[in-house]
Amino acid sequence: MARYAMVIDTTKCVGCQDCVIACETENNVPEGYCRDWITTATSGKFPTVQLEIRSERCNHCSEPPCVTSCPTGASHIHDVGGVVLVNHDECIGCKACLASCPYDARFIHPDGYADKCTFCIHRVEKGEDPACVSVCPTHCMHFGDLDDPESEVSKLLKERKYHTNLPEAGTGPNIYYLI
Amino acid sequence: MLELTTTRHNELIDPFFHAWGWEIPVYLFLGGLVAGMMIISGYFLFSGRYKETDCSCYYLPRLSFIFLSLGMLALFLDLEHKQYVWRLYTTFRVTSPMSWGSWILILVYPVLIANMLLRLPETTKQKIPLLKKISDKMNSSHNLIRNIGVINMFLGAMLGMYTGILLSSLGARPLWSTSILWLLFLMSGLSGAAAFVHLIAKNVYERELLAKADNGFLIIELFVIMLMIIGLVVSTQVHKEAAMLLLSGRYAAVFWVFVIFIGILIPLLLQLLAVNHKIHHTPLAPILVITGGIILRFVIVYAGEYSHWFIVK
Repeated sequence: MARYAMVIDTTKCVGCQDCVIACETENNVPEGYCRDWITTATSGKFPTVQLEIRSERCNHCSEPPCVTSCPTGASHIHDVGGVVLVNHDECIGCKACLASCPYDARFIHPDGYADKCTFCIHRVEKGEDPACVSVCPTHCMHFGDLDDPESEVSKLLKERKYHTNLPEAGTGPNIYYLI
Repeated sequence: MLELTTTRHNELIDPFFHAWGWEIPVYLFLGGLVAGMMIISGYFLFSGRYKETDCSCYYLPRLSFIFLSLGMLALFLDLEHKQYVWRLYTTFRVTSPMSWGSWILILVYPVLIANMLLRLPETTKQKIPLLKKISDKMNSSHNLIRNIGVINMFLGAMLGMYTGILLSSLGARPLWSTSILWLLFLMSGLSGAAAFVHLIAKNVYERELLAKADNGFLIIELFVIMLMIIGLVVSTQVHKEAAMLLLSGRYAAVFWVFVIFIGILIPLLLQLLAVNHKIHHTPLAPILVITGGIILRFVIVYAGEYSHWFIVK
């Protein structure tokens, strides 16, 4: 069984926001909302200041609190790749999933249901990369199956140092940032 | 570390999470109040006080019915995808406190109706003879009345606990991430209900009894708040920051003034003086307790939404 993940090389990301625009175009994200975004983290003291630019989105957690808190089962783990999805026709818009996400990765679509990144599952099931990955001009984003030791993402995580966001929240995030 | 999120300005999420407005605190307060009223009414049925004609157990279920319906209306108003609300009742999600709550609410109504049937208004008896027949049958069985009392107390406790568990299951908001929140909301619900009955009870003995009980509930509530804050302060940095929102931060003024002093300490003092016959009973004390209960829900919900994890590398 596949376990999809995204690996993002923060040493290559320039924060151009192509991924954000590609997502909005591909998924008809309503104006004023976004499923992915750029975070710029500055740490250290001059002259040893570090800058990390991250393209962030739903972490498609292995233990997603949004799924366990959903009262109707609208938020669920997809059969393919463990991707966390929302069934719009089952969502009542109670916002429990929004409150349970430590990444604040979800929002309420103007039509009333909870919305978020889907890893472009409609593209992935056709053998394509998610829209954000496919347009990245610096090729800093990689998508693949962690259960396949020969996949690009598995190899990158073996070879490089990385971190995830908020591992201490205990949700098992599946977006990895190479450092 | 300075972290800047650009391009994201999602409504209800940025600049900080604020998805739940007035509806959820109002719902949690009314749910807690009804839970307390069910426990009090259930106790009076169980203990035999229902034999007194002016016992509050005869009118509390009617008021509970109205308050719970108003609470559920507030909850419904909060939903963003209202036309799919029925989906709550096509499934039961064991991991979701909201799913538990929606089914508990469905169970509460028939129990309230059973309690209401014990004393029917004269006009209802005349118009619907079948209800009169059922009521007479129920009143002829002491054991049945006691059992209705037990079920009232049990479901009331479930309802009161659920209002707290609903929030504390959401670990992404550090302020709510405490296993004692259910006890705080249960005690606050009991205290609010005792104050409410104290305010409206026709029976003098009940007023005195509930004033004394309310003092106990308020002391326990204060103790639980203290334990909750200690638990947060000695936990991780994010939990400490969450506690500081109440102790000295953004929500400190309203927490100390309206929840602790006006909602607990002042009414506790007034009621202690009253039950020791130093002053006359005053409606001010129960009104302050109820006000404090409402503001407690608002503070906990809003401060909880504001509290968050932050990324440290």
